[in-house]
Amino acid sequence: MPDHTQTYVELKHISKTFKNFKAADDISFSVEKGKLIGLLGPSGSGKTTILRILAGLETADSGEIYIDGKPVSQIPAGKRGIGFVFQNYALFRHKTVFDNIAFGLKINHWKKGDIQYRVDELMELVGLTGLEERYPKQLSGGQRQRVAFARALAVQPQLLLLDEPFAAIDAKVRKELREWLRELINQVGITSIFVTHDQDEAVEVADKIIITNHGRIEQTGSPVEVYNNPRTPFVVQFLGNPISIDHTRFKGFRDTTADASAVIRPEYITVRKKNEPCPHPATTEEGIVERVAFRGNVMELTVRVHGQHLTAYRQLGQELIHEGENVNVFLQRIYLIGADGESVTIAVDESLRRENG
Amino acid sequence: MKKKKRVIPGFSLSFGIVTAMLGLGVVIPLCSLAVFSLKLTGAEFIATVTNPRVLASYRVSILTSFTASLINAVMGLIIAWVLVRYRFPGKRLMDGMIELPFALPTAVAGISLTHLTVPERWIGSLFAKNGIQIAYTRIGITAALVFIGIPFVVRSIQPVLEKLEPEYEEAAAMLGASRTQAFFQVILPEIFPALTAGFTMAFARCIGEYGSVVFIAGNTPYQTEITPLIIMAKLQEFDYEGSTAIALVMLLFSFLILFVNAIVQNRASKR
Amino acid sequence: MQVRNDKGIIKWILIGISALFLITMLVLPLLYVIITALRDGFAAYQNAVTDSYALKSIGLTVKVTVITVIVNSVFGLFAAWLITRFQFRGKKIISTIMDLPLSISPVIAGLVFLLTFGRQSIIYPFLEAHDIQIIFAQPGIILATVFVTLPFISRELIPVLTVIGNEEEEAAALMGANGFQIFTQITFPHIRWAFLYGVVLCSARAMGEFGAVSVLSGHLRGLTNTMPLHIELLYQGFDFTGAFAMSSILIVMAVIILILRNLLEYRGKKELET
Repeated sequence: MPDHTQTYVELKHISKTFKNFKAADDISFSVEKGKLIGLLGPSGSGKTTILRILAGLETADSGEIYIDGKPVSQIPAGKRGIGFVFQNYALFRHKTVFDNIAFGLKINHWKKGDIQYRVDELMELVGLTGLEERYPKQLSGGQRQRVAFARALAVQPQLLLLDEPFAAIDAKVRKELREWLRELINQVGITSIFVTHDQDEAVEVADKIIITNHGRIEQTGSPVEVYNNPRTPFVVQFLGNPISIDHTRFKGFRDTTADASAVIRPEYITVRKKNEPCPHPATTEEGIVERVAFRGNVMELTVRVHGQHLTAYRQLGQELIHEGENVNVFLQRIYLIGADGESVTIAVDESLRRENG
Repeated sequence: MKKKKRVIPGFSLSFGIVTAMLGLGVVIPLCSLAVFSLKLTGAEFIATVTNPRVLASYRVSILTSFTASLINAVMGLIIAWVLVRYRFPGKRLMDGMIELPFALPTAVAGISLTHLTVPERWIGSLFAKNGIQIAYTRIGITAALVFIGIPFVVRSIQPVLEKLEPEYEEAAAMLGASRTQAFFQVILPEIFPALTAGFTMAFARCIGEYGSVVFIAGNTPYQTEITPLIIMAKLQEFDYEGSTAIALVMLLFSFLILFVNAIVQNRASKR
Repeated sequence: MQVRNDKGIIKWILIGISALFLITMLVLPLLYVIITALRDGFAAYQNAVTDSYALKSIGLTVKVTVITVIVNSVFGLFAAWLITRFQFRGKKIISTIMDLPLSISPVIAGLVFLLTFGRQSIIYPFLEAHDIQIIFAQPGIILATVFVTLPFISRELIPVLTVIGNEEEEAAALMGANGFQIFTQITFPHIRWAFLYGVVLCSARAMGEFGAVSVLSGHLRGLTNTMPLHIELLYQGFDFTGAFAMSSILIVMAVIILILRNLLEYRGKKELET
């Protein structure tokens, strides 16, 4: 039994169908107070729908949502105490930055002086002091996101929802903003859920990741846990840069079930030059390098082993490997997807297994 | 199942107001046309709508509307092309005056065009020298309908032409197409749906047009009498049955035109 | 927008054809009306437009136009909101019915109201008992004009509302704003130019509607004659100066409408770009 004293948001058996499309199929999960949760999945996996149901922008066909222990399905969106950051920010184009942030406060009949104070405070928090009189179109993408964030936080919501918060931003600024957002959420201490299709984003920012596919939850856990121990075939295929291989041809995995299909990630493949030490000769394969590509921070090698193409990384500091070179290839671990297409097991190389007892 | 809540407010209010206004202002009046036509027997109906004078009016209406819309299709295409592709002095003015036929009351257009084209005056005298009379002939009706229809064609082609990337023609040119080939094989197929839409809108409007035509037509039975005029004449004689029957035929024809257009547009969007 | 500076003669031939066509079809009729109206001197012109029947027809046209614009604004705003902001059964039917008046001949539009409220209608005894006159009276003229111009405003609003989407409205709703606040503060600033544009188009058509009004008016001088009907009457009485003088007023209105239209369209386009 999970500890319910800390649970702040809870979804129970939420389902939603649009025409013939199941956007949410019996979704249940809970979020602890103060945590930052990432809903990760490919487009059309239902993650945005879940967020919109939580906010009250859509109504679930069935199921119940509890926030702070109280059912909220009958509470209209505007009264749930939720801050929402839209994918394209949905800043009011006809209002200044100040009026955007002050909008919710005015609606809630705050006093003029209090509004001024609160907006100043938020502008400082998001580092935009001085831009109050600008209109959204006069801001950069990153600045707009900060305004959207400030606006969502203005009325001091207890829950913050962010729909693809970085999707509309240049790749370069995106990384910066990720760290900024992570820090800010910590600072404010607000329970937050964000939706993304970008696994790097989810892994870097979230405390906990929920992976969705076809309207169902595939796996829930900390980023490390989910990344290292994928439990469903979908998660195996979705995270990292997996490639399918025929594992029965490799010496290290001869004892594993033959009727399962296997997937390996580049980080579990070690490629060594012939003159470099080879720690597990019994299960090391010989391959030929077909392509060497520079990927900025690593070299990406395409190696042919037993007629199969494997992708592996090699650090830049190491001695260069050339195309056409014969190399030693060692596979540390693979993911086996059972013939039923449902179970996933991790298989570790035979020599490594023996070594670790 | 819970009651469906919508975040954007105003559904019931909007739905109520819109359906009430449409019901009272459009559906009930149109239904009364249907109800009233039930009073006619089949034989009466057939006799009214196939009366030789009425049949002649269909011919005049369809012939002049079709010719006018065809002229507009060609001229509209040229004008839209000029407005999108070329830069020249007076372009803004030219673009701005296209909607004049929408803004100008049809009766004003009608009397003005009539006066211009009678043999004694400005344009009329030019043509009279060559033995062509415009006012009070089908040529006059067609001219009035050209006036009415031109904005429909120009304004439906213009936005499509604007979106058509110049790379498109350039690509055709790189592949060795001549300018005429590029136009007929690359551009025309792209704007064809818009051209059809403009043509059918103009055509549908022309078929029903009354104000601008009634003055210039001369209204000679069998020669220059258009169908809306027959309806009007029957109304003035309080022959409501007759006018209803003919109105139904006209409505049917308008819907047929719209239906044909819908098929063309549907095909185009599926491509 | 691509502007190709063609050096070829094709460009100038095409421009020439277009200019010639537009001048003959559009400009010449306008000039002709103005010149003919002033042919007998300014005094004759002034007499024609200040004639008491003329003034009454101007008054009626203004009244009909104002009422039509108000009714159609209400309809247009609600209809555009309904069509662009909600998914519901029967939406296609509603939007088809909405556009129906555009494809119906004005004469038929007049006829359907004649049948609905006229002597042969089932509600005629009721109307007569309460002394309500619709046909051959001002209410009929207004009804027919509203019918003919019904979709004019909604048609301008729907594309704009579709393009701007509803995220801003959702954001406002999430912050607790009510329907009125959302509409006036968030939505309306986006559609004001398109709305005014629709109003302009609607007034132009309402002012000049001839066929439908002609069926329902009964042509009572000074009572149910709008400007276009008054012009017809003058014209048929061979009072050409009078007819063209009245026409010139409508032409001036048309030119003003065109200028407004262009200004509003320009503003509206700028609005959508940002």
